[in-house]
Amino acid sequence: MEKPTRTGLFLKGLVLVLVVAAVAYPLLGVIGTSFASQSDIIRSPGLVLWPDHPTLEAYRTVFSGGVVTHALLISVGVTLVGTATSVLVTIGMAYGLSRREVTGSRFILMTALFTMLFDPGIIPKFLTIKELGLYNTLASLVLPTMVSAFNLVVLRSFFMNLPEELYDAAKVDGAGDLRTLVRIVLPLSKAVIAVISLFYAVTYWNAFFNAMLYLSDNDKWPLSMVLRTFVLQGQSLEGASAGEALAPQQAVQMAVLVIAVVPILCVYPFLQRYFTKGVLTGAIKG
Amino acid sequence: MADTTPSPPQAVHRLSLGQRLKRDKVMLLLTLPGLLYFCVFHYVPLLGYVVAFQDYQPYLGYMHSAWAGVSNFTSAFADPAFWSATGNTLKIALVQLVFFFPVPIALALLLNSIVSDKVRRFVQSVVYLPHFIGWVIIVSIFQQILGGAGVLPDLLGQLGLPRYDMTTDPAAFPWLLTLQVAWKDAGWGTIIMLAALLNIDRGLYEASAIDGAGRARRLWHVTLPGISPVIILLLILNLGQILSVGFEQILLQRDAVGPAAGEVLDTYVYFHGIKNNDWGTSAAVGLVKAVIGTVLVLGANKFAHRLGHEGVYRGADR
Repeated sequence: MEKPTRTGLFLKGLVLVLVVAAVAYPLLGVIGTSFASQSDIIRSPGLVLWPDHPTLEAYRTVFSGGVVTHALLISVGVTLVGTATSVLVTIGMAYGLSRREVTGSRFILMTALFTMLFDPGIIPKFLTIKELGLYNTLASLVLPTMVSAFNLVVLRSFFMNLPEELYDAAKVDGAGDLRTLVRIVLPLSKAVIAVISLFYAVTYWNAFFNAMLYLSDNDKWPLSMVLRTFVLQGQSLEGASAGEALAPQQAVQMAVLVIAVVPILCVYPFLQRYFTKGVLTGAIKG
Repeated sequence: MADTTPSPPQAVHRLSLGQRLKRDKVMLLLTLPGLLYFCVFHYVPLLGYVVAFQDYQPYLGYMHSAWAGVSNFTSAFADPAFWSATGNTLKIALVQLVFFFPVPIALALLLNSIVSDKVRRFVQSVVYLPHFIGWVIIVSIFQQILGGAGVLPDLLGQLGLPRYDMTTDPAAFPWLLTLQVAWKDAGWGTIIMLAALLNIDRGLYEASAIDGAGRARRLWHVTLPGISPVIILLLILNLGQILSVGFEQILLQRDAVGPAAGEVLDTYVYFHGIKNNDWGTSAAVGLVKAVIGTVLVLGANKFAHRLGHEGVYRGADR
C-alpha cells in the first residue's frame, strides 16, 4: 500500500490523542483533586490535575472510621464472598453442561441462556426478594445476580474446547467426573477462571441496583450508595466534621471516588490480557 | 463412550432413563446450584406478575390480595406520565442509536489503521478501561466536569460566556446520557468490530489497490462490506433493546432534570411501584414492557441471525 499522506497522519494522531485524553483526563483529574488543598481548589474549580500543595488530608478524613470506612468494608466483604460463590457455582454448572451426552444438559443450558433474552422486571424481582426474606440483608447484594449466563457460556465453551483425549485419558485412569474436574480441567483453566472471577468481582464492586432496591438501613450500604449520597447528592459526611476544616469537601468527595476506582485500576492489567477472547466467545454463543 | 466400560456406540442408546441419570449423576448435581439460581431469581419472579392483575396489598401478599381484572392496565394507559415516560424512553434510545452506535465502528476503523502495534495496544488499553467503572462513579465524574461548579462552566465563565450546566438542562438530557455511554462503552464496543476487521481478506485490499482504488474507495468497497454483517447484526439487536435504556444511569440523574425529561419506563415502574406503593399499576406497566421487550429481542435475534449470521460466525471464530 502507498505511504499515508502527512495530513492524514496528523489528523489520525490528533484524533487518537483526543480520544486518549478524553478517557484519561477525568480519571487523572479525580486523582489529582483528591490530593488538593483548599487553595488548589480555589485556583481551579472542578478538577485539579496537578495540586501545587498536595495533602493527604482528604484520605485521613475518609479513613477516620466514619461512613466511608464502614461502606468500604462492606463492599470488600460482598465482593470477596460474592465472587467466590459465583465462581464456584459457575464452574460447577459450566462443567456439568460441558458434555453434550449428559442427560438433560441441553434443556438446562437453554433454561440458563433464555434468561439473557428477558428480564423479569423490577417489581417481580423486588417482591421475590421480600418473599424470600432477603430484604435488607447483605445476601440481597449477592444472590440476585449470582450467576451470569454470559460467564457461564464463556467457561463452558472453554471446557468444551479442551482436547477430548484429556477426558478419555482421565477415564482410562479411572477418574470419575469430579476427580477429572479438580485434577485435570481446573488446573488447565486457571487463566479463564481468573478472568471470570475478575468480571464477577468488578460487578460486585460496582453493584448499585441491588443495594438501592433491597437495602433500607444505611449501615449496610456498600460504597456505591455512599458515593451516591455524599458525592452525587452532595450531602456532607457525618463524622467528617473533625477533619473538615483541613480537607475541602470536594477533595473528600474525590478521595471517595478514587477509593472506588482504585481496585478496578489494580485488577485491570490482569483482566485486560484475556478479556478480548472471552468477550468474543460469549458474543457468538450467546 | 460416556460409559466406564467400553461398549459399542449403539449400546448407549439402550440405557434407560434411570441408568442414564445414574451415569450422569455427578455432572447433573454440579449444575444444580446454578439451575436453582436461574429458577429462583429469573423464573419464579415471573409469577410475581400476578400483581399486575391484583389490587396488591403488601401485608396481604399475592394470596389474599383482591383481583382487579385489567383495571391496572387501563389506569396506566390513562396516565399521561406513562406516555411521557414511553416518549422519553424512545427518544433517548433513538438519540443513542443514531449518535452512539456509529462511534465504536469509527473507533475500530481508526484503531485498525494504526500501523504501530505498541501504539494500538496502548490506545486499546486506555479506551477499554471505562467499561469497568460503575455508573455511580461515571455520573459523579461527569458532574465534576459538566455540573454547576465543574470544569466546563468555569471555563465558559472565564471566556466571558454564560456558565452553561448541561447536567440540569432537560433538553440536553438524552445528549448527556449518550455522551456518558460513549465515554463508558465506545472502546468496549470496538472489540467485536476489530475482530470482524481482522477477518477481512488482505488479498482484497491488494487487489483493489492494484486496480487503482484509493484509500476512500477501499474503505467503501472492501472494509465496509466486510464488516457490514456484524454492523447489521448489532443494529438489529440494539433495536430489540429499544425499551430498555440504562436504568442505573438514568435513575442517578433523573432528579437533576426532573421527571418530565428524565422519566423512562424503568424509572416510572420504580417510582410508582416501590416508592409510592402503587404496585398494581407499575407491575402492569412492567409486564407490558417485559412482553414487548422480549418479543422485540427474540424477533431481532432471529432476524439478525438470518441476515448476518455468516459474517458473525466467521468473525468470532478467531
